[in-house]
Amino acid sequence: MKGAEAIIKSLQCENVDIIFGYPGGALLPFYDALYDSDLIHILTRHEQAAAHAADGYARVSGKVGICVGTSGPGATNLVTGVATAYSDSSPIIALTGQVSTKLIGNDAFQEIDALGIFMPIVKHNFQIQKTEEIPEIFKAAFKIATTGRPGPVHIDLPKDVQENELDIEKYPIPADVELIGYKPHLKGHPKQIKRALDCIGKSERPVIIAGGGVILSNAHNELLKFAEMMNIPVCTTLMGKGAINENHPLSLGMVGMHGKKVANMAVSECDLLIAIGCRFSDRITGDISTFAPNAKIIHIDIDPAEIGKNVDVDVPIVGDAKIVLNKMIGMGENFKPKNDEWLSHLYSLKKGCIPKMDYNDVPIKPQRIVKEIMNVIEQLKIEKNTIITTDVGQNQMWMAHYFKTHMPRSFISSGGLGTMGFGFPASIGVKFAKPDSKVLCITGDGGFMMNSQELGTIADYNIPVVICIFDNRTLGMVYQWQNLFYGKRQCSVNFGDTPDFVKLAESYGIKANRITKPEDINEGLKEAILSDEPYLLDFIIDPAEALCMVPPGGTICEIIEPVREHPNEKPVCFDEIVRRLKEKENLRNNPNNK
Amino acid sequence: MEHTHIISVLVLNKPGVLQRIAGLFTRRWYNISSITVGPTDISGISRMTIVVKGDDKILEQVEKQLNKLIEVIKVSDLKCNECVERELCLIKIHAPNESEKSQIIQYANIFRGKIVDVSPESLTVEITGDVDKINAFISLVKPIGIKEIARTGLTAMMRGPKILKSNKSK
Repeated sequence: MKGAEAIIKSLQCENVDIIFGYPGGALLPFYDALYDSDLIHILTRHEQAAAHAADGYARVSGKVGICVGTSGPGATNLVTGVATAYSDSSPIIALTGQVSTKLIGNDAFQEIDALGIFMPIVKHNFQIQKTEEIPEIFKAAFKIATTGRPGPVHIDLPKDVQENELDIEKYPIPADVELIGYKPHLKGHPKQIKRALDCIGKSERPVIIAGGGVILSNAHNELLKFAEMMNIPVCTTLMGKGAINENHPLSLGMVGMHGKKVANMAVSECDLLIAIGCRFSDRITGDISTFAPNAKIIHIDIDPAEIGKNVDVDVPIVGDAKIVLNKMIGMGENFKPKNDEWLSHLYSLKKGCIPKMDYNDVPIKPQRIVKEIMNVIEQLKIEKNTIITTDVGQNQMWMAHYFKTHMPRSFISSGGLGTMGFGFPASIGVKFAKPDSKVLCITGDGGFMMNSQELGTIADYNIPVVICIFDNRTLGMVYQWQNLFYGKRQCSVNFGDTPDFVKLAESYGIKANRITKPEDINEGLKEAILSDEPYLLDFIIDPAEALCMVPPGGTICEIIEPVREHPNEKPVCFDEIVRRLKEKENLRNNPNNK
Repeated sequence: MEHTHIISVLVLNKPGVLQRIAGLFTRRWYNISSITVGPTDISGISRMTIVVKGDDKILEQVEKQLNKLIEVIKVSDLKCNECVERELCLIKIHAPNESEKSQIIQYANIFRGKIVDVSPESLTVEITGDVDKINAFISLVKPIGIKEIARTGLTAMMRGPKILKSNKSK
């Protein structure tokens, strides 16, 4: 069979049923083989969207997401999406076409050093140089992507390698492949686990931080069992949102820069911090020298390189979260901490920090939208059946701070890389992974415009996702920081009056609605969600509304109020800009003529 | 406290492996003094010797990040006083006169170096030894006039019978 056929067979052998991609010259043999196969291919409108869709698919299903782009610009367009998956340890495989092996290194048409470009943003990558290597390399790629700390893998596929014949009997798809240099440690050292339990038993103010690793490990049940057994409160990172039901009494909410006050206070005042599947990013710690100043730290993580990287750790445990938590549950009966006072202190703090969300202002306050989203989910009884994707910036942080998740893999957000334009295409992958779920994409106008072309994809395939644009016509988070830290000197954060998002959606044949009054939010959301069609909701929100935050490099228990300022940038039109440019050019060419 | 560390790494000899490792060091701002790499007695496996400057915390991260790479089989921090370290240096020295030439030859003999090239105006000396020995020779001939230096960078091996090998047999 042809190499391209072997590629498709290798994918199907790994239970891949759907891929997201965009063809090109260097991938013609692959797409020709696709024509004869029953592997489903979703054509996006940009390779970046294909990568985000594959990422969304992987985050929600736990399976490997596959994205495909051609050589040269197709590959470079995948880069942002692959880097996004890398930063959040998401298992995707990016396939790129490449020019024929005879042409590599000669600056051929649409040739690029894809191997070199992807190297720093993948767990590992391969360039297949002989067709017979296909079965083994694909097997290795899936193994690497899905084991240990998951992550993206890139495979570069020269055109002649796709075209040449492969004797599948001589080079069959192996059942497994040995990788000498790769052996993830999953079990957790028993002595360390015992030490950790000792610390827990002696503590009076313990807190758990659950990170993305708990969700990747599918350890949410174990986390709950452990937390309830030991009666220890749980806060989460952004990536850990959903690891515990945020309506549970032991849940403190998200911790960190835009975290809940009670979570930040708990971490700052605790005497024992149990971090599970969390990498202590700067968004969580703030200034490390003032982070959890009185706490012993237990760090459970599958990646030994994360332990001790940012924060000094007292009890390191290298292992898979699910396996280690199970062991701790099994051994933990005699190590329950005496922390009743601590819990009452946190409960009363929590009670005193209930945020106001039911604003009736016009323009709409974003908190009101988040409140109504939660109301609608409750009213329609779809708590177990709703998946949120967010974009990046204020929209993301309003959701992360205020929205209460019920289950894991239901809050999909670009945490590590913070990629604008992620939310909408990710929702496409999410919907294909869980077609029976209601999928809401929460995005800002800036982020939406980065991949708005995917309206074509959802229109074409009739993919019923609901896009909720938090529309303030600004690059909100940057704008917020300029107001707070740069003396309100707003520079390049104003998007002006275009486009009319409703008209834009309608031009693709997609239903859309603009919502300007808070009393219309609930009905608007219900109509969109129950329509079971692709739907765009344009919420006009107050651009001056901003989030409380921990300043960068600050102490996480010192949360500051934002500076609420209206947009003050003066728009400049083309004619005026050209006039200024010509004036400058004249001065440069005629320095004596003033 | 900053120290100099010698790390020996066994790697699979696949295309791009040197780039992977060098790239890792660049993007994490690890301070490399030198990298050498060459084949081992096992086909398909190469040995890299990397000299890194940094404190213990950096060294720990360097080893852990190297271990994450799929093509890295084994990483070992060679304790300086328990290993043999060697570097090779070729030095072209300005020597237009007989007196200079004979002085260089004397120095070379004392350091057990070899004259590998001679021309009317220059002598090229080959010196092998640890870093201190090579640096000492260079300082000695500097006043005479160094025209060019080419150093290989350090390679090293533990003293005694223990060897660096992968945990799994190939």
